[in-house]
Amino acid sequence: MNVHKADLIILGAGLAGLRAAISAKETDKNLTIAVVSKLYFLRSHSVSAEGGTAAVLYEGDSYDLHAYDTIKGSDYLADQDAVERFVRTMPNEILYLDHWGMPWSRREDGKIAQRPFGGHSFPRATYAADRTGFHAMHTLYERLLTYDGVEKFQEYFATSIIIDNGRFNALTAINMKTGEYEIFQGKGLLIATGGLGRLYPFTTYSHTVTGDGAAMALRAGMPLEDMEFVQFHPTGLVPSGILITEGARGEGGYLINKDGERFMQRYAPQKMELAPRDVVSRSIMWEIQAGRGFEGPWGPYVLLDLRHLGDEKIKERLPAIRDLAIKFNGIDPAKEPIPVRPAAHYTMGGIQVDIDGMSPIPGIFAAGEAACVSIHGANRLGSNSTAECLAYGDITGVSAAKYVQKVSNIPELNMQKVKEEENRIFKEPFKERGSESVASLRKELQNTMQEKVGIFRNEKDLTDALQKVKELQKRFENVYVEDKNMFYNMNLITYLELSNLLEVAEVVILGAIARKESRGAHYRTDYPKRDDVNWMKHTIAIKRDGKIELSYIPVRVTKWQPEERKY
Amino acid sequence: MENIILRIKRGDPSHWEYKDYEIPIEKDTTVLDGLFYVRDNIDHSLSFRASCRMEVCGSCAMMVNNFPRTTCSTLFSKIEPAKIENGKKVFIIEPLQGAAFKWIRDLVVDFDEFFKKHESVKPYLIRKDNPEGQLLQSPKELKKYYILTLCIKCGACTAACPISNSDPNYLGPAALTAAYRFNADSRDQGKNLRLAIVSDPEGCWRCHFSSECSNACPKEIDPATAIQKLKVQSAAYELKKIFHIKGGE
Repeated sequence: MNVHKADLIILGAGLAGLRAAISAKETDKNLTIAVVSKLYFLRSHSVSAEGGTAAVLYEGDSYDLHAYDTIKGSDYLADQDAVERFVRTMPNEILYLDHWGMPWSRREDGKIAQRPFGGHSFPRATYAADRTGFHAMHTLYERLLTYDGVEKFQEYFATSIIIDNGRFNALTAINMKTGEYEIFQGKGLLIATGGLGRLYPFTTYSHTVTGDGAAMALRAGMPLEDMEFVQFHPTGLVPSGILITEGARGEGGYLINKDGERFMQRYAPQKMELAPRDVVSRSIMWEIQAGRGFEGPWGPYVLLDLRHLGDEKIKERLPAIRDLAIKFNGIDPAKEPIPVRPAAHYTMGGIQVDIDGMSPIPGIFAAGEAACVSIHGANRLGSNSTAECLAYGDITGVSAAKYVQKVSNIPELNMQKVKEEENRIFKEPFKERGSESVASLRKELQNTMQEKVGIFRNEKDLTDALQKVKELQKRFENVYVEDKNMFYNMNLITYLELSNLLEVAEVVILGAIARKESRGAHYRTDYPKRDDVNWMKHTIAIKRDGKIELSYIPVRVTKWQPEERKY
Repeated sequence: MENIILRIKRGDPSHWEYKDYEIPIEKDTTVLDGLFYVRDNIDHSLSFRASCRMEVCGSCAMMVNNFPRTTCSTLFSKIEPAKIENGKKVFIIEPLQGAAFKWIRDLVVDFDEFFKKHESVKPYLIRKDNPEGQLLQSPKELKKYYILTLCIKCGACTAACPISNSDPNYLGPAALTAAYRFNADSRDQGKNLRLAIVSDPEGCWRCHFSSECSNACPKEIDPATAIQKLKVQSAAYELKKIFHIKGGE
């Protein structure tokens, strides 16, 4: 059994993980860091982010305005002190990327360009064509190559976080190429594993986003926050679910129903297509329910019309989505509108962390989508996620570096837990039992989540979904890994990913059942109003003795009192 | 809808064989969809990489009918089958080929060497100064290198390159293109550091401009042309070195 040691272990190498690694090295050049990911780093889902990264750069914009937009967008569930820190951190993050080689799109005067985005009252989405996440990922990866003392562990599938004596002890993992069990020990752990989007079948998420970090944290007894809030992006390409950036509407695109009408005038007369995502996604679904959507072989949809932007502007500002529409749908957006439908896109909840990115367990930190600071509350604004990965990757990287500096040695490995985990992942999965398969169970889980825990929710659907997930968890005991070849055993990896999905699904549903109000992305048709008296609070979920317990903590308000959310 | 045959190279270097899988496809079915169909419905033990399925993460490049392609963005209806047997189209799927990629199993190859070569050319912006604020760059300056930033590191160019196929030490089209990408960036001040590396016999001069890389690149980056431009820079660099001329940034 290989044991790797470093001062700081960073799990996940998307935007947040890479940014944190750089920031930890900038804090202390002598720090040793092990960055661990189940993917080659550049394969991380962050590369799929398209439209932009929010930051206050120019006159006319202000920190207060960015903070207010974010808080209003969050439906007043964001922690306002964290939001204020976030918006103030952002401008420098844009400059760092510039200095590290990011190919930001430029204005004629050579300065970095920005575009309008949903829910933002200033055009502050800083962009690199419509490949912002992709370019930011490559820039951070390239920058990270310049530091010594950073070891890359690519294609290591982490399976558990070991906590001993109330603090971080070790991370267990499978070296995917060899199939061997390997251990990572360090003074601190920073989790940056992203969201849980593959809980849903129609999604913009990569195949590999399976809630691993949240599930591992849950199993280790760590608290998860606000997991019931799942964002649906208004414009997933039909039928693939591929993301069509909000930047398409930022550049002036229209949403059109069957009657050729810009239907957003009914729901958000001022902001129209640039209302926040929860509002636009619900509006699309209401249009479809009212019979004003289009019907196709792959389900209902509405149209995203970019024709009036013209070929030249589309090629310059939106080249990637143009290319995707042509390659996957045979549609040139300059000539034909694009079929779209809301798709699961972002996880507002995550591992509970404080304003410095530290979880309640000393030595364990989380950043990016895997964490819940909370900046996004009940609904994240577009262009604030890549921004959070940068700002909170940076902040958390500094916190983690400073923490491990104060720890004198790496704790002794808890061998008992290491053995228990070895049994869970290498023995149990291979015991031949029932005839259930990973793929069929995953499909049932995804369909349940889509139908009953989607954009519109109610007591009955949610209760049914909970029962179904419990049933699936039980039936999972009949799934086994048929493939005995341990080299790159995807049968085993997808089995473990499904176990993670089944675990986090339960938390999402329990939070949603309990929250008897509508706020942001959590819309209860049986409780259609926001209830600030009873529900302006965060959900905390902890697993104790195999049972998930919910509790609540207050929202931190600085200067923005809740008001009615109109767009 | 029609049924086709996927003939997939299965196994690992110790033991391998080709296996046939019959799958249904529609006109918009991608090769990657086909592989997922096999794994989910026919044989759970099939190993392959896939993540974004929107041609931006670079995970899923494989040999499709002996040509390297990102399988997520390759529609069966857009490519010719390798052959037709018993009235059914046959598509042959194999791992990326060549000396640059060590085969691990099924459709998975090791990318460690590929990324080490990329890393070796100093593929990052180098500044000697540390100015405050934005580094200005006009849209025209951006355009000079922007296309080269689109490389998703899928390895298709390298699998297509005849030199990379036979010479494990050749830096290869992806790394050389990365070097030129930064050399062409108006913000960069590290051109000579990179030229010192790529002017090596296993660097840009090893390329004989067959342009197979450019044919294979799913992002239409044209690595072959980038390498020729790198040769021009390299020639000037070598001449200056001979005559001890300083500068050239």
